[in-house]
Amino acid sequence: VRLWWCRCWALLSRPAWRLRARRGLAAGPEMHFGFQTVTEEERREKIYQVFESVAKKYDVMNDSMTLGIHRVWKDILMHKMNPSPGTLLLDVAGGTGDIAFRFINYVRSVRERQLQRKLKHHQNLSWQEIFESYQKDKFNSLGDSQVVVCDINREMLKVGKQKAQHLGYSEGLSWVLGNAEELPFDNDKFDVYTIAFGIRNVTRIDLALQEAYRVLKPGGRFLCLEFSHVSNPLLSRLYDLYSFQVIPVLGEVIAGDWKSYQYLVESIRRFPPQEELKAMIEDVGFFKVDYENLNFGIVAIHSGFKL
Amino acid sequence: GKARPSHSEPRGRDGRGGEEEEGWHQLYPGHIPTSPLQKALLAAGSAVVALYDPYRHDMVAVLGETTGCVALPNLRDKMKNHPEGYHILQERPRIRLSTLDMARLQGLPDGSLGREYVRFLEDNKVSPETRMPPKFVDDEELAYVIQRYREVHDLMHTLLGMPTNMLGEVVVKWFEAVQTGLPMCILGAAFGPVRLSTRKLQVLATELVPWAIRSGLNASCVLNVYYEQRWEQPVESLREELGIFPPP
Repeated sequence: VRLWWCRCWALLSRPAWRLRARRGLAAGPEMHFGFQTVTEEERREKIYQVFESVAKKYDVMNDSMTLGIHRVWKDILMHKMNPSPGTLLLDVAGGTGDIAFRFINYVRSVRERQLQRKLKHHQNLSWQEIFESYQKDKFNSLGDSQVVVCDINREMLKVGKQKAQHLGYSEGLSWVLGNAEELPFDNDKFDVYTIAFGIRNVTRIDLALQEAYRVLKPGGRFLCLEFSHVSNPLLSRLYDLYSFQVIPVLGEVIAGDWKSYQYLVESIRRFPPQEELKAMIEDVGFFKVDYENLNFGIVAIHSGFKL
Repeated sequence: GKARPSHSEPRGRDGRGGEEEEGWHQLYPGHIPTSPLQKALLAAGSAVVALYDPYRHDMVAVLGETTGCVALPNLRDKMKNHPEGYHILQERPRIRLSTLDMARLQGLPDGSLGREYVRFLEDNKVSPETRMPPKFVDDEELAYVIQRYREVHDLMHTLLGMPTNMLGEVVVKWFEAVQTGLPMCILGAAFGPVRLSTRKLQVLATELVPWAIRSGLNASCVLNVYYEQRWEQPVESLREELGIFPPP
């Protein structure tokens, strides 16, 4: 029985496809869609359809597939960003708003602490000074911070807006339909650009990175949270086993959609590993590019600055 | 033909251009090849979800496909060994709105199979289009058998005279469980009643289920009937021919 199990395990998680793994940059008109070969246009269309169909169950599926750990990953991203009040954030492929809401929460709590400190300081001021400070301070709970959520998919934005309404987020939040490869924003606009679990689905990653560089202010920061490659061989096998055997089943049982989740796990395998993505980010002009592995490389946060 | 269960590896390394379907072992349109582990997980997951939310018909369907590995070949063999069944396997008729001539069926005399079938569809507001195509059966002939089973389900309702409410569905499931031996039917028959009131349960237990079982055991295989050629036949006569006892 053990022999059979070993063989099974080996077969089930054999990474033989890596021999012919194609990278994100399209060489000619042929591209990958998961493990299929398609044209660029077909790929965009297929990916649009995937997210159209998963939009309503997106959050439920994320929780089931990652056993809730995706929330921790996103929290870590926010802590790394450490935004101060007044930051203007662009969240690309932000769909259902997870990063945006976290940003608002974070900035709100920083702002609260700021205001509390100010109040403490105010205890020793003269009446005149206190009066003057009331004129200046707009008691803005967000301190002028703003987040723009940009996504190419209408359904995902729709779900995001509904969530925002349901959770009570309204201030400092806007939703824009747009393509990461061709952003509808002017140059040098944003303080921070994030793309969480989205860049994998972009057809021309190089274009998305160029756009990121363009819309960031000088001094702005690029942050990318994405599934990446596990180098530990044992863990990698377990991860493959889980990805290929369990995740599509979860997709079928919870969302009634096997194929979209099959696409998901395949697209993760197709995505460039940490060092390659780092090189791509550097190529576009970002400086101090670095990455941090989370959970042994299952997920990685890449960061870069426009200087 | 039979397929080896896939291990989710891509094939076609000859660099063929254009689209290569991810169904490298795809046997029929809509087929998703699965490994034994995946089938086991699907069976467990779909059973839980189907129990929790009986309106997830897709989960009931998936349960049937993933657990039918013994019952489906048995059914297929029963069909092969019967002249009418063999005929069905050869011609592979489908019961769909596009293949049914609803106007003609409505025009048939009362009491005929066709007329009663249409009446059943109208009364219960169902349509033959709602049957899920199979995805996880790894043999395309068996995929047809399960498809036929699904499409014939409404005719079972007609022959047994049962409506599509929970009670009626459970009775039909008991009949089908005995007839086909599909684990999905057996599970449905056993767990379906948990959502019924005690009064209905009583009726179920004392009258309907014993009748369904007796009929199921007595009747010849219901998949061996070429229904499409028997629309004019009176329901009573078809019941007698099959060996289904009159409904209580």
